[in-house]
Amino acid sequence: MITQREVLETNEMIEKENLDVRTITMGISLLDCISSDIDELTKNIYNKITTTAKDLVAVGQEIEKKYAIPIVNKRISVTPIGLVGASACKSEDDYVKIAKTLDEAAKAVGVNLLGGYSALVSKGMTPSEEMLIRSIPKALKATERICSSVNVGSTKTGINMDAVRLIGQIIKETAEISKDNDSMACMKFVVFCNAPDDNPFMAGAFHGVTEADAIINVGVSGPGVVKNALEKVRGESFEVLCETIKKTAFKVTRVGQLVAKEASRKLGIPFGIVDLSLAPTPAVGDSVADILCEIGLEYAGAPGTTAALALLNDQVKKGGVMASSYVGGLSGAFIPVSEDQGMINAVEAGALTLEKLEAMTCVCSVGLDMIAIPGDTKATTISGIIADEMAIGMINQKTTAVRIIPAVGKKVGDVVEFGGLFGYAPVMPVNQYSCDAFVNRTGRIPAPIHSFKN
Amino acid sequence: MKKTVITVVGKDTVGIIAKVCTYLAENNVNILDISQTIVQDYFNMMMIADLNNASKSFGDVSDELAKLGEEIGVIIKCQREEIFDSMHRI
Repeated sequence: MITQREVLETNEMIEKENLDVRTITMGISLLDCISSDIDELTKNIYNKITTTAKDLVAVGQEIEKKYAIPIVNKRISVTPIGLVGASACKSEDDYVKIAKTLDEAAKAVGVNLLGGYSALVSKGMTPSEEMLIRSIPKALKATERICSSVNVGSTKTGINMDAVRLIGQIIKETAEISKDNDSMACMKFVVFCNAPDDNPFMAGAFHGVTEADAIINVGVSGPGVVKNALEKVRGESFEVLCETIKKTAFKVTRVGQLVAKEASRKLGIPFGIVDLSLAPTPAVGDSVADILCEIGLEYAGAPGTTAALALLNDQVKKGGVMASSYVGGLSGAFIPVSEDQGMINAVEAGALTLEKLEAMTCVCSVGLDMIAIPGDTKATTISGIIADEMAIGMINQKTTAVRIIPAVGKKVGDVVEFGGLFGYAPVMPVNQYSCDAFVNRTGRIPAPIHSFKN
Repeated sequence: MKKTVITVVGKDTVGIIAKVCTYLAENNVNILDISQTIVQDYFNMMMIADLNNASKSFGDVSDELAKLGEEIGVIIKCQREEIFDSMHRI
């Protein structure tokens, strides 16, 4: 029988330490919607999404009530539109039409974000995929709830530098079209290396082509729970530290597993994975940087940060893996700047730089995330930053990503306000030296030697 | 048998258990276990209850208990037992 102490512990995590299920994301395949007629295609897409996901939000709310645990987001990911639209889309505007349809479908079923306005171009771009990428600024302007991503590299294929160069320009354009809003549209676009097919987190969620017709993926969170547990073992050895993180990650993940199984059963859609991530929010006490400080750093970014983050990420995975029958997605610690008050404080104190963040991404689960840079940063420089991050992913056989906001009209020291869960970000300095000649080379960077495992 | 954990937390006052139990009895909810402590003047009660034969749905019982809690100045939560089992049992 459950003891009162255990009940109190769980409820304390939920009420005081911000334990929540960050998202239930339903992946929906749109491959059976494909048509060469754009109107037919958009009609099929709308019908498929609104039929498959019609009960998603209601079921999410029902589970929230049953266990008294917040499920913060209910979301949808779809097959990369670069594939779905290839036969019907003759122009960028055709792609924007699909984006609008997706937006309408998202609103109709009540999800707050829908991901999958995406292209997978890690080796090369088809003409229609290039068209989709070029349409991204317009699509993000014309919609409210659509998220977009592009996979430009992988350990198996190398890095498509033509796509990296193009995306530098696309990010600048996306910033420009939303300049009245602190270039916020850039928040909804992420570029990946080794993008996972089953990621439930935005902006990078899409429903991979290796997936079933529909699937339920769940992302858990709980930086506050880990931080709180670590407060009780201050000054103890690394062994004690690691054990504490593992045990906490186990408990947090079990809740995700429970919610995922329940949602899957109620919706009649197979359970895919639980993504064991520590995803921060700007709420006080919901910060990954605070965990790093609790491990023993004055600020995130101080010497020792990469080691502390490596340890944290690894223990989260070790604890989480045993708690769930299937883990996947990004799984690890997220280190966005704007969504984490501890990271914002570290940047403002001058403790955390773009270069240190880059080092941290070698050992965390994702990459350079929610970083504001000066609006006058050149497109080639953005491409250079992306190329560096993609190279880390390619060589280390891990997912890396870049979600960067060149805030139009802002310079170093200014603040970009995103609002709500997205927080705010101090504009960070970027290395001023040029990489034009590097980025302007055409073609791709070959796959690394250790990709040849056959 | 699916069990429900009902927790009551708040400032101690006369008749908390009586009011909660009366509500449960009126709605045909069977109490399987009950434990209570007072920590620094704060009342902490945990009940394990069986709602299978209850005259109302889980959602309604949960909402009405929360409302009753507001009336007596305590927080009453209803949760299905599985969340605690998942978290604390391997």
